[in-house]
Amino acid sequence: MTMATETSETDPATPGGKQRKKGRLIYRQNAWTRVTHWVWAISLFFLLLSGLQIFNAHPELYIGSESGFEYENTVFSARARAVDGERRGITTILGQEFDTTGVLGLSGADNRDVRGFPSWATIPSNRDLATGRVVHLFFAWVLVGTLFVWFLASFLNRHAWRDLIPRVRDITELPRDIVQHLKFKFDHGGSYSPLQKWAYFGVLFILFPLIVLTGLTMSPGMDAAWPWLLDIFGGRQTARTIHFITMALLVLFFIVHIAMVILAGPLNEMRSMITGWYRTSTGNHEGESK
Amino acid sequence: MSKRLITRRNFLRGSGIVAASTTLAGCDQFDFLRDRDGAARNFLEGANSLTYHAQRLLLGRDALAREYAESEIRQGQRPNGSRNPSSSEYRTMANGNFDSYRLEIGGLVENPVSFSLNELRNMPARTQITRHDCVEGWSCIAKWSGPQLGPVLDQAGVKPEAKYVVFRCYDSLGNSLSGPNFYYESCDLIDARHPQTILAHTLNDNPLPVANGAPLRVRIERQLGYKMAKYIRRIELVSDFSDIEGGHGGYWEDRGYEWFAGI
Repeated sequence: MTMATETSETDPATPGGKQRKKGRLIYRQNAWTRVTHWVWAISLFFLLLSGLQIFNAHPELYIGSESGFEYENTVFSARARAVDGERRGITTILGQEFDTTGVLGLSGADNRDVRGFPSWATIPSNRDLATGRVVHLFFAWVLVGTLFVWFLASFLNRHAWRDLIPRVRDITELPRDIVQHLKFKFDHGGSYSPLQKWAYFGVLFILFPLIVLTGLTMSPGMDAAWPWLLDIFGGRQTARTIHFITMALLVLFFIVHIAMVILAGPLNEMRSMITGWYRTSTGNHEGESK
Repeated sequence: MSKRLITRRNFLRGSGIVAASTTLAGCDQFDFLRDRDGAARNFLEGANSLTYHAQRLLLGRDALAREYAESEIRQGQRPNGSRNPSSSEYRTMANGNFDSYRLEIGGLVENPVSFSLNELRNMPARTQITRHDCVEGWSCIAKWSGPQLGPVLDQAGVKPEAKYVVFRCYDSLGNSLSGPNFYYESCDLIDARHPQTILAHTLNDNPLPVANGAPLRVRIERQLGYKMAKYIRRIELVSDFSDIEGGHGGYWEDRGYEWFAGI
């Protein structure tokens, strides 16, 4: 990450008075990372909301090759059903039922819309599978294209190996880093802490490839071209379930990611992802960033 | 040592950014994408032809869809869309056990022909246990038998200028000013001549039931369910489908779905 550093003992943005000692400004994110980051942010927004639209066309997930209509292989569903003479939204996870009226299964004004996810969570807002698919498949191409470019750039410029792929130290120092994070103490060094590495490695090297490949497994054309897709994921319906779980993990990542940006100083973090320049915290062991 | 860096001001500042971005999620802001003639929609639909060309490149002409074992048929084929066409013409034919049925093949062919159901049943058949993938997201495994479409088309002689096969159907979904909206579908000649593309008259060892498209439906195994027209009345070879019905090559295509449903 440290491609260039600029020593700046005092923050020029702080006018006179308190000359707070500031960390060094380092060039942390290269242009490939910054551009792909924002393209992914936009793509994932549309992919998520159009994906929930597609899910709503059949709000039920299964394990295996097919969907059990005359037998049971459902692991998740969000449907509306009459309970004691009243229509309720019922979410079923591995046989456990939860009343989710208002959000899952049944939502909208006076809870009159029978739909998996509510209209505020889907693109378009109304039920429209065709448009959802057009949006989803467009941004799927954008995601895959950007991922390809990022992988190529990050292996060529060694960003992946230098900053993201965890080493032994990222395992041994993980407990200490978890404790530090739980105390809301964040190290602003030039390099990522073990938790950060695992999180970014998990998203870029596991979740992204997984969500792309399980998405392709749902394509009858791709299943003919690459039949091994069906074998590694245990059938088209299992792939659809994994696709959904991966989506949920990415949403979880997003929530934590945003929380950490806020906690760690949103302006500095945003600056590093827009201009590349990031200010490390004072007294930081700079050796770590090399 | 690292120091505690959350100040209340930082937190509130950041929360403001998040709050501003979540208001985006009231998703009717993007409902303009539903407008099929809109520039944004047309731009996004450009990805469909990318998908088509990428799959044509990867698939090869004859790559087969997965075929399953007999033991993997665990339920009946789930019917979807029309389940019981209501036109009197179809009702009469169905009541007579489809004895009066004739499949017509016309359009850009050397000699238009027609076949009775018995003639179709006596043609060499291909039997395949395949997975039906609905655009809605569900799948169902079943065993289909019937003559391959390619050799049937050859009996009529496909003219060189023909590029697409159009399936005209007996069933309709809804009405427009000009009458019932009859179902129709189309595929290119690569899919039409694919070894697994059959005119199925048999489902799970029994005559194709009315709910599943009796007397004849097409199987196009490398695409989604809506391509596999049921209740086929007539097959037409064309060079272009822009003047047929809504001009997009199929009933659902006219309603916003992709013509190439390989994904």
